[in-house]
Amino acid sequence: MTDFKNLDISTAKECLLKKEFSSLELTEFFIDRIKKSNLNCFITNTFENAIEMAKESDKKISRNREIRDLEGIPIGMKDLFCTKGVRTTAGSKILENFVPFYESTVSNNLISDGAVILGKTNMDEFAMGSANTTSFFGNVINPLKSSEENTKDLVPGGSSGGSASSVAANLCMAATGSDTGGSIRQPASFCGLVGLKPTYGRCSRFGMIAFASSLDQAGPITKTVKDAALMLQSMSSYDEKDSTSSRKPIPQYLDFLNFDIRGKKIGLPTEYKVEGLNSDIVKVWDDTINLFKKNGAEIVNISLPHTSFALPTYYIIAPAEASANLARYDGVKYGFRENSDDLEDMYELTRAKGFGDEVKRRLMIGTYVLSAGYYDAYYLKALKVRQLISDDFKSAFEKCDVILTPTTPNVAFPIGEKQNDPIEMYLNDVLTVPASLAGLPAISVTAGKNSNNLPIGMQVIGRPFDEISILAAGKLIEEYRSFL
Amino acid sequence: MSYLIDGKTGKWELVMGLEVHAQIKSNSKLFSKASTFWGGKPNSQVELVDSGMPGALPVINEYCVDQAIKTGLSLNAKINKKSIFDRKNYFYPDLPQGYQISQFEHPIVGNGFLVIETEDGQKRIGITRIHLEQDAGKSIHDQDNQNSFIDLNRSGCALMEIVSEPDLNSPQEAAQYVKKLRAILRCIGSCDGNMERGNLRADVNVSVRKPGQKLGTRCEIKNVNSIKFIQQAIEYESRRQVELIENGQNISQETRLFDPNNGETRTMRGKEESHDYRYFPDPDLPPLVVNDDRIEKIKNELPELPDEKKKRFKEQYKLKDYDAEILVEDQFVSSFFEELAEKRDSKIVVSWVTVELFSYLKKKDAQLQDSKIKSKKIGDLLDLIINGSISNRQAKEIFEEYIETDLEASDFIKKKGVKQVSDKSEIEALIKSVLQKNVEMVNDYKKGKDKLFGFFVGQVMKESKGKANPQLVNQVLKDLLSK
Amino acid sequence: MSIDNKTVRKVSKLAKIRINEQEEKKLIEELNNILGWVDELKKVDTEKIEPMLSVFNESMVMRRDEVFSETSDELVLKNAPESKSGFFVVPKVVE
Ligand SMILES: [Mg+2]
Ligand SMILES: [Zn+2]
Repeated sequence: MTDFKNLDISTAKECLLKKEFSSLELTEFFIDRIKKSNLNCFITNTFENAIEMAKESDKKISRNREIRDLEGIPIGMKDLFCTKGVRTTAGSKILENFVPFYESTVSNNLISDGAVILGKTNMDEFAMGSANTTSFFGNVINPLKSSEENTKDLVPGGSSGGSASSVAANLCMAATGSDTGGSIRQPASFCGLVGLKPTYGRCSRFGMIAFASSLDQAGPITKTVKDAALMLQSMSSYDEKDSTSSRKPIPQYLDFLNFDIRGKKIGLPTEYKVEGLNSDIVKVWDDTINLFKKNGAEIVNISLPHTSFALPTYYIIAPAEASANLARYDGVKYGFRENSDDLEDMYELTRAKGFGDEVKRRLMIGTYVLSAGYYDAYYLKALKVRQLISDDFKSAFEKCDVILTPTTPNVAFPIGEKQNDPIEMYLNDVLTVPASLAGLPAISVTAGKNSNNLPIGMQVIGRPFDEISILAAGKLIEEYRSFL
Repeated sequence: MSYLIDGKTGKWELVMGLEVHAQIKSNSKLFSKASTFWGGKPNSQVELVDSGMPGALPVINEYCVDQAIKTGLSLNAKINKKSIFDRKNYFYPDLPQGYQISQFEHPIVGNGFLVIETEDGQKRIGITRIHLEQDAGKSIHDQDNQNSFIDLNRSGCALMEIVSEPDLNSPQEAAQYVKKLRAILRCIGSCDGNMERGNLRADVNVSVRKPGQKLGTRCEIKNVNSIKFIQQAIEYESRRQVELIENGQNISQETRLFDPNNGETRTMRGKEESHDYRYFPDPDLPPLVVNDDRIEKIKNELPELPDEKKKRFKEQYKLKDYDAEILVEDQFVSSFFEELAEKRDSKIVVSWVTVELFSYLKKKDAQLQDSKIKSKKIGDLLDLIINGSISNRQAKEIFEEYIETDLEASDFIKKKGVKQVSDKSEIEALIKSVLQKNVEMVNDYKKGKDKLFGFFVGQVMKESKGKANPQLVNQVLKDLLSK
Repeated sequence: MSIDNKTVRKVSKLAKIRINEQEEKKLIEELNNILGWVDELKKVDTEKIEPMLSVFNESMVMRRDEVFSETSDELVLKNAPESKSGFFVVPKVVE
């Protein structure tokens, strides 16, 4: 079998069209690898479907007709996207046996563009987590290892941990993720990949199981920046089924290849030099700044004064929305039910047994901050601070074109760490959450490695709907990261 | 204030506000494309939003928005150009999302009013607000000892919640208010107002107080679905409250249910424990913004409203207040009346519509709109009365049968042999024979016992088997008796 | 504002999540920690700030009043834990 390990999407596409290999070969290669993998990346495999889809693609290619943008490219689908006829769990026991009879818009877009779906990737339960340790279907393991001796398995990051780990382990060419507070960017960073969270409203939320509706946004996890552009092109659409879907025209994302970074202003927010920022990461950040300088960009210091309030704001708004979004899991219409003669018991036991600890913790918080007497002090306050955070970015973008920061304060850590104190886990998202609150597009690209050979990601945040600029900045980082 | 409750300690006043839920007459639901058709197979009109499927998202129905605006304009209310949808959170098996999408702080319609007729004349009842919200599904509790059954066909249908000020002070006023509101909704077509089907239902907030004192604690009676029940519920509930207070007990603010079987209200179990709806803006829905053009367009398309129509009916057709009021209560009835009155004496028409037709419909438990009765059908019969072919009484006697036959009016009376004798000599002969049979009475009459005139008329009509033209009988009888 | 066991019980009732005594204890501690941490927000002056409801700045598109079905009663009931004669079935509700 040919080794397709280090293939990116555009190369694969070229080879497929030249008939150097078939989609079936490519698909079988990844199926074989998934079967042999023990990283627990997939909750549900759809190999039979995948083989059918690959054959279909090969037919189109051999006839040289109706060839679509992602024809025959095998990918993973985060188990947050409802897939028609294929079990969709959101990583939760409460949806363990749920089979949607409808297709999410994002998965539908990818399938319509010829992508071959290998299976549903593991994730933190209802996307609540930063290490992929809250899934009912078990932890996901990061294929990367620390160069230290006798080290434990590392987390892949979360919540799109199964997606990131599977791309990093060459179990698929790319995967979908969803990002509420960093769930695409942080795992991409931990696994040495590219992760892109588009502007809120760019990808439809229809059929994507909701965590926090005002923040949730789908996006790709890929090996390269160019692949991210290709995936994003397919995933984006205006969708009349989603009232928060943007009607702004969708650009040709590959245009980022012609984007000239010279003369562009790169903003450095002083507030992102947070406490506990790992020194290796600071070093890579500095190197990346120099890289931009060397390539003709202008570095400007900016201030995002409310940065330190972003995480507490997020941990009020997201659980509050979740407490309503997850109320539908009540044992009545679908999913797990704990039987009882009494309705109250049925509700309370179904939810007590169907949800894991982290989900329950957030539902409790969310319920509390919305309840009578606390709404103003917590929820309303958080909405106001969210406005301030958003305003910070607005003023910053008057001075710069993109903002450059690290993606995470630390590299991937061993499974089992940071489990005792929820807040310690939440701090993983301290650098990604502000852009989420402001609905801005942001990309994470691996920019270097720490002394133990673990990847360090840099985050580039852009203006609303300016995905092209962050792709271009990401491309520069990707091209020159060998300098380390 | 004319309505007071007699208690042991004196008179009590009744203070009420109503929250009326009116289902908008639309093809599809408020946030989904499912049909609103009534009476379908259970769970057959349920799209993703209506069953709370994971990943489902709401998309608003523009027609429903327009109906809320139209209703607001008809109730002299302010339309809010920007309104917000909120989630009202609670668990119930027929609430599939675990929350109802409603409007809390920023409803689409603000302050307005409507006018009702009371014993003391006209009274203005304030409207606090109208908001748009989703209906819940239907639970069936009485089919099984262990289980309840859930049908989500109604889930997600568009409701307008029309909230009144606490301006109502008697069961009659509450009834008048609902009737007037229903008339307006039907007239503009935003709601069918069919209370049996539950597409118009009221939550009644009842409190009592000693005249002039501050408002008492109120109880909310949920989902009362007929005007008669509203009145019964209020009568029972207000007396219950008076008795409690007079016995030194407190009224606890609670939700109650009306039981039509015994005419009583009772505490609703379950709902009370957690009365914390945790409203917050629905992040799935941007603010609802309507512009002036839209509002202006709807305003220009408003039909003649019941109050205007009533005024016109009184002038144009010389109707009594009472008759005009009941004719304008139903849009369909008022058009039916106008079709009949176009070329006929409105006096005959109004009595035939409000007496004969209405009692027929009542007997059949039907609405004019749903019955297949056409105005021509009634008109043809009236024309036979007017041209003297049959008498009013004859027409009444055959009315029910006539309505149910397919025969033309003239053919039908021919077939039935119903005919009015209007031949003067024939009638004279009849009268003479009656007078000859009752010579003594004729003498009594001539001595001044005027009342016997009616007796003679009756006898003549009887003799003619009801076929004699009553006017002619009267006239000829008078002539003959005065000789 | 600190959370005591009464509050935790009330919230668990509202959220319809049964908790045992052990979980209750743990939750009191965790929730207090988290709320203590988010209390940080009190430092921000938001007196003149409007709450941000969404980052979505476009107007809401309204749909036409047309019926369209992508489901059926069979599909709707397909995943139900219990159903009978076309209805969802739940433990009896007492009103
Ligand atoms: Mg109410
Ligand atoms: Zn309501």
